[in-house]
Amino acid sequence: MSELYRELTELLERALYVRDIKGEDWQEISAVVGFLQELREKVYELPGEELRKRFSLLKEKLVALETLAAETLSPYEIVKITRHPQRFTLQDILENVYDNYTELGGEGEINLDPAVVVARAMISRRVGDKIYMHQVMVIGHEKGHGEEFRRGGSAKPWGNEKALHYMKIAETEGIPIHFYIFTPGAYPIEDPPGAAQQIARNLYTMAKLKVPMISFISEGGSGGAEAIGLADLRLMASRGYYSVISPEGAAAIEAKLKSGRPPRELVEKCARNLRLTAEDNLRLGTIDRIVPEPPLGARRQDYGFFKRLRYEMIRATDEVVLQTKSLRTFRKYVLSRKNGTEEVPEDFGIYVNWELTEDEKEILLENRSRKYREMGRWAVCGKESTFKHYLEKSHDLGLKVFHGLRYGVFKQSHRALRRMFEELTQESSALLKPVSDPVKTVYNLLSGKKRRIPKVVSWIERPEGPEELYVSPLALEDRTVTCPNAETHGCPDLWVPDLYGEFCGVCPNCGYHFPLEYQWYLNNLFDRGSVREFNEGLSSGNPLNFEGYAEKLAKARKSTGKNSAMLTFEAKIGGISLIVAMLIADFRQGTVGVAEGEKFIRACDRARITRRPLLALIHTTGGIRIHEGTLGVIQMPRCTVAVREYVDSGGLYIVLYDNNSYAGPVASFLGCAPYQFALRSTRLGFAGPRVIRETTGEEVPPDYHSAENALRRGHIQGVWDRRELRLKLYEALLTMGGRNLYYR
Amino acid sequence: MAIDHLKINQLLQRLRSRPYRIYEVKTPHTGYLREFLVKEGTEVKGPRGKWREIPGTPLFTLEREKNLKTIKARVSGTIHNLRTELEGRFVEAEEVVLEIRHPLSQEEVISEFLRETLILITAPETARYLLAPEIEKRIRKEGLGKVFVKPNEEILIMSFMKRETPIVHTGETMVIFRIFFTPQEVVTAGEPLLGLCLQEEVPYLERVISRICEEWPEK
Repeated sequence: MSELYRELTELLERALYVRDIKGEDWQEISAVVGFLQELREKVYELPGEELRKRFSLLKEKLVALETLAAETLSPYEIVKITRHPQRFTLQDILENVYDNYTELGGEGEINLDPAVVVARAMISRRVGDKIYMHQVMVIGHEKGHGEEFRRGGSAKPWGNEKALHYMKIAETEGIPIHFYIFTPGAYPIEDPPGAAQQIARNLYTMAKLKVPMISFISEGGSGGAEAIGLADLRLMASRGYYSVISPEGAAAIEAKLKSGRPPRELVEKCARNLRLTAEDNLRLGTIDRIVPEPPLGARRQDYGFFKRLRYEMIRATDEVVLQTKSLRTFRKYVLSRKNGTEEVPEDFGIYVNWELTEDEKEILLENRSRKYREMGRWAVCGKESTFKHYLEKSHDLGLKVFHGLRYGVFKQSHRALRRMFEELTQESSALLKPVSDPVKTVYNLLSGKKRRIPKVVSWIERPEGPEELYVSPLALEDRTVTCPNAETHGCPDLWVPDLYGEFCGVCPNCGYHFPLEYQWYLNNLFDRGSVREFNEGLSSGNPLNFEGYAEKLAKARKSTGKNSAMLTFEAKIGGISLIVAMLIADFRQGTVGVAEGEKFIRACDRARITRRPLLALIHTTGGIRIHEGTLGVIQMPRCTVAVREYVDSGGLYIVLYDNNSYAGPVASFLGCAPYQFALRSTRLGFAGPRVIRETTGEEVPPDYHSAENALRRGHIQGVWDRRELRLKLYEALLTMGGRNLYYR
Repeated sequence: MAIDHLKINQLLQRLRSRPYRIYEVKTPHTGYLREFLVKEGTEVKGPRGKWREIPGTPLFTLEREKNLKTIKARVSGTIHNLRTELEGRFVEAEEVVLEIRHPLSQEEVISEFLRETLILITAPETARYLLAPEIEKRIRKEGLGKVFVKPNEEILIMSFMKRETPIVHTGETMVIFRIFFTPQEVVTAGEPLLGLCLQEEVPYLERVISRICEEWPEK
């Protein structure tokens, strides 16, 4: 009887699971749950035969319901599966996929961040009679089974810092890293090292980490997922989700809610529109492969799934490693025949050593760069004619050849010669000085000659401003406005023509910066007539067919006359040429989608080819554009890879924030910049006050995201005044650019 | 220095007859008073929230050079003497438009009473202040109203940029009755730090405070 009781309990758990996923009013699931509960209560009262009969009937019914539930799963129900307490977690993976493991940097609650688990693990494979052991570093989010201190896998900034620390250890030791992503998103707090800035640092490092990296996504919540997601091969659970934002968050944005919960129907609609399932992501090209799960998702006891996962992780690592090896043809062939649909074999068949030589590491990095540069590129739209396209291409090629010769050949030899001459002069001066100095002193004394004043080797000249100051159209109104700090700082009312004209939109009393249109910067920051836009034809599209997005895009295009929120152009400041990538508020609040990401990457490449400094001028950015789903999210690793390559090749990358800058871009290609500055009155951070309140349950002070606080936390390097922005930038280019102006 | 009973009685009588503080709301500058947003007797609230981030109740709108400005309440209370005749008219700067009667809380009455009665030791400079270790130990052991400070005894330490300067009691032997500051927090120059009184005055002060507590029950 106790055996039947156990089976009944298991069956009831299965029924409850189906009810949690599909809802109480779905089919007859609530009735089945009720009958099972009743039967379990009467298990010692009813006669055995009747009990068995009723049990079999209920089991049959439940199996039929489970099959139907699996066939009719909606995207939002998949999200519920991913978040269900019965779902497997990283701890289950460590127990069942790896042979043994040692947790690093904490255990349970005694941890730097319990939401991030790091372990040094061993994974084995059998080939014939031999057992091969591989060492790996496992890094992932731990959701826990109801442990509140894990915060559902939301990594705090120092949790991501811990992950980065162990990534570097893995690099030192030359062992592959297996990432497991189980996060609804990063914990949105600004405490140092800062949620956004730390994710950016992780991405920047991972772009060139010299070890094979494999990631497995079960719950991939936007930036939090990307913090450990830039891998050489990305696997995803068939019942997992990977999304730019949670469906609830997207619904709150769509409904323009400031507090409270969005309606259920809207949440389901957003889940559908976001294309967050594994099949959708595979089709979009944001993941490489799907790891099949049981139809209603894998749970803690699904040992068959763990066996499959172990096989897939080994296969993926082999694949990445083999791509770097020169002797690989037959093994690659054998591996290509393992397409994931076959039964998991006991004998793996082939052995691949996961250690890489220095040359292989270089190939690994090249492959990674190529992979991310190509990822989602298909979604870029452009109206350019074939002729113009070829013209742009040939222009790029011309630049490449010209600058390759100029800087790669002539400049290099010139530099080598100059350096040699300098060394010779200094050596001879050091040799002759002890002899010539006393003679010189005596001669000067006798002839009455004065000591020479030391000559300034280099100096910073004040750049000439544009001859004719551009005046914002905002200044054409004859009225006054009140400074927002008037109550606290006693600022007088400001006459609009003065404010937007002479004062450059800055309150002369307290220094508050009123927002200005992006054209003001184009005209007043750069030399007159030096701005030359490129890639302006690349345009934002609607790759997910998100309902209503095409109309919104058309409206933005019509009102701004631009094809995307990113403007990329060549310009000059005081005669110094530079490449600028500018996100503008007027086009969908400066959000980043496929077109914006692609334009930014091409700007990085042009700056690299032409050896120019790169300035990211952020008029405003609201984050990643949710209407482009994960195609938007992957712009984070894509752009960061491009930035890393630009900086590694010797470029000077400066970021300048204005107005509001939040979320994905700050947590990737902006936050990773070595030099970041903000204009006064700028607000920057990871998430806005509403998201922070809903995630942490705490209110944040009104100045939480201010530029001054960002400076205090060490997220940026300085706060600048708009009135002297041109001079400040000019000085920055000269001082940070070093002797050769702007290129190492 | 003995307590002036007459002065205390007058103070209490004044507080009893007018248990509120009157705040006059004036126009910050010239302009047209477009609209009153409150009525006579309306309850208004001052800025609220942990960081006073929620603005006070809007009182009226004032327009100058096409800049319509909403003047908001800076304290909570009730609206009185609303000058409705000013609506739609041009007003000069500093013109009183209305009054807010802010009812005094028990804490505010006690604080006002003590500031009038006690001998106050104020902050000589804007700095952080700490109780002298000996005094702090005694207060912790015996409680406020029981610890004596003798002439030339060190009672406070002023800490500014890691430099610590002792503050010495200069008057006669007295008792520490009230501490007005939080240790380690910056106190502005001139703000009270400690309130002292003579030992024989302590029972009287405690009696008056309990009477205030009865008369102004906590809301």
